[in-house]
Amino acid sequence: MSLEVGQVVAEREYALSRDSLVRYAGASGDFNPIHYRDDVAASVGLPGVLAHGMLTMGLAIQPVVDWLGDPARVLDYQVRFTRPVVVDAAEGATVTVVAKVGAIEEDAVRIDLTVSAVGQTVLGKAQARVAPPA
Amino acid sequence: MSVNPQLEGRRYPRTAPYLVGREKVREFARAVLATSPLSLDPEAARAAGHADVVAPPTFPVVIQEATLAQLLADPEAGVDFSRVVHGDQRFRYSRPIVAGDELTAVMTVTSVKSLGGNSMVTAESEIVDAAGDHVVTAISTLVVRGEEEGA
Repeated sequence: MSLEVGQVVAEREYALSRDSLVRYAGASGDFNPIHYRDDVAASVGLPGVLAHGMLTMGLAIQPVVDWLGDPARVLDYQVRFTRPVVVDAAEGATVTVVAKVGAIEEDAVRIDLTVSAVGQTVLGKAQARVAPPA
Repeated sequence: MSVNPQLEGRRYPRTAPYLVGREKVREFARAVLATSPLSLDPEAARAAGHADVVAPPTFPVVIQEATLAQLLADPEAGVDFSRVVHGDQRFRYSRPIVAGDELTAVMTVTSVKSLGGNSMVTAESEIVDAAGDHVVTAISTLVVRGEEEGA
């Protein structure tokens, strides 16, 4: 497959609801109540119930996995948590992922992810090194 | 309580074996909104050359969690959980986790830094399979907020 730097390889929008957060809490074992209780979130000064950072990280790589065709092609994946994703009880939240080719190396490709909610990026230095699809 | 600067270099005991279940992989895959059939359908995973369903890339956090719990429970570490914010996360893979794997992890604190009253603790958890072969290293940087201004 011929790739060039800057090329968008995948793009997707995810609708998160409180249900998504409860499901992730159960699947991951992270039961910090700031991810499902408004009163607890407010008591520690948060603007609302937040998505788990690891949920955002987990979904942000999925469009890349689908492009690659196999999770085994992801060699390295890193993010910095820069801004929380507030998930409203009624409205939820929408997270947008755009995956672009950041660099082409001899045996791998660096994919740079732009992950945003309400028009602001929520992850910094979100990068995956991948073995590109044949 | 503040983070013990002597923590750097500390290595914690190997965690108890974690047996990766097929339904756990599928549950986790659904939770991170994965759509890859390789994570959901054992037949599709086998057809692609894997022994069973393939865990999504961030699944190692489930095994890493047991190592971070050791850090938070260490009275000498001085890491107050109520002040911890997850700063960075990284995974370096030798191979993906698949259902049936029996995994253990050893965590090493690789760096402790002070920055503007906060502490940054970086810990690497090396996850290996039952044969002792490397599967993935999970690296977290935790930001521990200071108790007072300039503390």
